[in-house]
Amino acid sequence: MKRIALVLAGLIALTLPARADVSIEEVSSDNGHVAWLVHEPALPFTALEIRFRGGTVLDRPGKRGAVNLMVGLLEEGAGDMDAQGFAQAREALAASFGFDAGEDSLGISAQFLSENRDQAVDLLHQALTAPRFEDTALERVRTQVLSHLSSRATDPKSLAGDAFDAAAYGDHPYGTYDGGTVDSVTALTREDIVAAYHDTLVLDGIYVAAVGDITADQLGALMDQLFEGLPKTGAALPDHAEFGLLGGTTVVPFDTPQSVAIFGHSGIKREDPDFFAAYLVNTIMGGPSSLSRLMKEVRNKRGLTYGIGSYLVPADWAESVIGQFSSQNAVIGEAMEVVRDEWAKIARDGITQKELTAAQTYLTGSYPLRFDGNGNIANIMVGMQLEGLPIDYIATRNDQVMAVTLEHANRVASELYDPDALHFIVVGQPEGVVSN
Amino acid sequence: MRFILAGVLALGLGVGSPATAKGDVSSFTLENGLEVVVVEDHRAPVVVHMLWYRAGAADEAPGVSGIAHFLEHLLFKKTKNFEAGELSRVVAENGGSDNAFTSQDYTAYFQRVAADRLGLMMEMEADRVRNLVLSEDDIATERDVILEERAQRTDSEPGALFREQMNAAAFLNHPYGIPVIGWRHEMENLSREDALAFYERFYAPNNAILVVAGDVKPDEVLELAKTYYGPLAPTPDLGARERVQEPPQLAERRLRFADPRVSQPYVLRTYQAPERDSGDQAEAAALVYLAEILGGNGATSVLGRALQFDEQIAVYAGAGYRSVSLDDTSFTLIVVPAPDVALKDAEAALDREISEFLEAGIDPEQFERVKFQIRADDVYAQDDVYARAERYGSALTSGLTVEDVQAWPDALQAVTAEDVMEAARALFDERKAVTGWLVPEDGEEM
Repeated sequence: MKRIALVLAGLIALTLPARADVSIEEVSSDNGHVAWLVHEPALPFTALEIRFRGGTVLDRPGKRGAVNLMVGLLEEGAGDMDAQGFAQAREALAASFGFDAGEDSLGISAQFLSENRDQAVDLLHQALTAPRFEDTALERVRTQVLSHLSSRATDPKSLAGDAFDAAAYGDHPYGTYDGGTVDSVTALTREDIVAAYHDTLVLDGIYVAAVGDITADQLGALMDQLFEGLPKTGAALPDHAEFGLLGGTTVVPFDTPQSVAIFGHSGIKREDPDFFAAYLVNTIMGGPSSLSRLMKEVRNKRGLTYGIGSYLVPADWAESVIGQFSSQNAVIGEAMEVVRDEWAKIARDGITQKELTAAQTYLTGSYPLRFDGNGNIANIMVGMQLEGLPIDYIATRNDQVMAVTLEHANRVASELYDPDALHFIVVGQPEGVVSN
Repeated sequence: MRFILAGVLALGLGVGSPATAKGDVSSFTLENGLEVVVVEDHRAPVVVHMLWYRAGAADEAPGVSGIAHFLEHLLFKKTKNFEAGELSRVVAENGGSDNAFTSQDYTAYFQRVAADRLGLMMEMEADRVRNLVLSEDDIATERDVILEERAQRTDSEPGALFREQMNAAAFLNHPYGIPVIGWRHEMENLSREDALAFYERFYAPNNAILVVAGDVKPDEVLELAKTYYGPLAPTPDLGARERVQEPPQLAERRLRFADPRVSQPYVLRTYQAPERDSGDQAEAAALVYLAEILGGNGATSVLGRALQFDEQIAVYAGAGYRSVSLDDTSFTLIVVPAPDVALKDAEAALDREISEFLEAGIDPEQFERVKFQIRADDVYAQDDVYARAERYGSALTSGLTVEDVQAWPDALQAVTAEDVMEAARALFDERKAVTGWLVPEDGEEM
C-alpha cells in the first residue's frame, strides 16, 4: 500500500552526492547503425532498448489504433513460426521482449542471456522484419484491444484524459486516444496493419542503447544482424499541434463516489533555453511531495486528496503543463479552488530562494541515483538520444540545473503558469462544480 | 500482445549472533533483537535502506481495520527529535526518495539515497521506532487522506471492490478476509489511541528487520546499525505472533458482484493454497511452476492455448500464485471471456481444462522451458537492488529465514513434473474454491 510521502519545505546546505559515473561509448556498426553502449559485465545478460521516432501519431486518417494493433501483433507470429511457435521459441531462450506503441515513438525493450544471445537476436530480428500479421492473430488481438477499449469507456481517469486531449488538440492525432475507438479498430484490415508497419518500423529515426555483458564489437554485429532488411524510410512526421483549450471547467457526469480532475494548459519545449528553470519551478509546484506546494496545500494541510502532482509534458509535437488528482465528490470543488490559488500565486509571486535551493539540491542529488541497473541505464540512454541530447550530457546536466537563478526561475514562473488559461476536466458527480 | 487486467493477479550495543554470509548477502542480529540483512551490489553508488516490522493488517485487533496502514501514514508526522515531514524533506534534500507500504503480514519503510548517506537515514528511521508524537489534528487530517485513498484505490474501482468481496468470502475466520486499507465504517472511527496501541504493541527492534542493499560493506553497515539502532530497548513481552486460524473449508463459495461501471466481465477463482514454510518450500515451488504452466504466457500456457487459441473462448486466461505469506495463501485462476461467450460457459471451459490437465499431465518440453525461464529470472532479478532487498524483507516478515531465501532458487530447480502434478491434485479441490463473477449491472445471472 504505497503512500505518497509528506511535507514542508526547508533547507540545510549539504554537499552533493557523487556525480553519476557512467561512461557511454558510441558504437558504429559495419552497416552504419549507431548505438550508445555501457559495458557492464557483472551479470551475464544484456538490456537493449530500441526506439523508432514516430509512434501512434503516424496512424493514417480514419485508421486510429492501427499502429497500436500492429505493435501488438509483432510477437504474434513471424517467419515460419505462428504466435505459439514464436512464444515457445522465446520462452526456450528465456529472453524477454517488450513492444510498446508510444505516441511519439515505438519502443522495443529486450533482455537476453549471454549464453544464447545470437539466437535471441535472430528471433527478435524475425519479429521486426518478418511479422506474419495472420488473420487469426489479428482477430485475437483485435478482440483484446476492443475489450480494453470497453473497459476504458467506464473508467473515470480514461474519460478525463480523453476529454482533455480532445478539447486541447482537436483533429491532431494527440486529440484522440491512440488505441483507437471501437469503430475504428473494428474496421481495421490486414492491409491497414501492414501499412502501419511500413510507416513506422524504419531505419530513419531509429535509436539504440545497450547495457550489459556485451562489447562494442559484439553490439555492432548484433545491430547488423538485427536490423538487416528494415527499410530506410517510412511515413512523414506530423505537424505541431496547437493547444486549443481555453481556461475554465468542464464537468463530465459519471456516477462514482470520487471525482477525477485533470487540469492544465500549454507548456514549454524541451529544447527551450528556459526548460530547466521551468522544470525547477514545476518541481516546487507539483513534484516530489516534500517539495510540492500542491501536496502541502491539498493533501497535508486539508486532507482533500491522496495524491496530487503537476508535470511538464514536452512531447514531440505539443507541450503542456498537466496535473491530476482525485477527491471525493463533496470536497473536489474546494480542492480545485486550492489548485487555482496556487497557480495564481506562483505566477504572481514566484518561488522563494529557499524553495529553489531545495529543488536544485533534490534534482542534482537524485540524478546520479537514476543510473542503477542495466535496464534503467539503457532506458535513460535511449531517451537522451530521442531528446537530441549530446553523449556527454550526463556530465553537464547538473551544472545546467544549478545555473538557474531565482530571477530567472521567477520570470519563467510568471510566463509559464497562467491561472486564466487553466482548464479543469472533472469526471464524476462533483458537488457545487459547474462547467464554464 | 500481453493483455493485463490491472492488478487482478498481482498479487543492542554489540553483536548478539555471529555474522553469516553467503555470496553477496550477509546477516546478523543486534543484542536488542534487530535482525540485519545486507545485500551488496557495488555497480552504482546507491543504497536502499528498509526497516520492516513483523506487523501488518492481519495483526490488527478486531474493530480497527486499517489501523496498521493508518499508522504507517502517521509515522511521517512529528517525533520527539524531528518535525513532521522532516525525514522526507531531508531525504529529498539529499536527492533520495522515500516511502512506506503495508500488507497483511508486514509494514515497511524505506529510503533510496546515495550510499554515503546511510548513517543519516538510520538516525532518522531509528528515531521513529519509539519516538512518535501524535496530535489530534494529525489524526483528523490524515484520516481524511486515507479515506480519499480508499475512495481512489478501492471504491472507484469495481475490480478492487470485487476482489475485496472475494477475499472476505475466502476467509471465515482468519483476518486475511479483512482489507489492508480497512472497512470504511471502521476507518472513519480510527483514533489516536488506536494508532498508539498498535505502535506500542508492535514497533520494537526485536520485532523488526533492517535490510540494507547496494554499495555498502557489511561491517560498515553493522557499525552504523549498532550506533543508531543499537540503543533502542527491546520490548520484553512481545509474545508469539499467533492469529486466529481458518477452519477447514467444506463447501465451495460463490458470489456475483454487479456494478454499473463494469464493462468487461470476468470469472475469478481462488483455491486455498500452502505458502512457503521455513525449511519446507518444495510444495510452494511446485505451485510456482503450476501457475506458470497453466497461465503464465498466453501463447504457451495450458489455459491460454486452450481458451485463447484452440477455441476463442477467452480474451485472456491466466493463473497466479503468491508464495510468500505468513499463513495460508491462495492460488488464482482468471478467465476474461470473449465478447459473445457467457461467463457460465467460460467457467465451464476453465473447469474442463483443469480436469483435462489433471488427466493428461505436463508437456515435457513446456516443463523444460519453464524451468529454464525460472532459472534465468534469477539472473535478471539481480539487476534490481530494490527488488532484492524487498525479497529478503518480505520473506523475513512472513516466517522465512535468510537461509530459506537463499535456498529458494535451488528449491525451484529441484521441482519435477510429477511434483507439479501432485501439487495440482492437492490444490484443485472444488470444496476449497471461491468463485466470483464480476458483471455489469443487469449482467449475467449466476
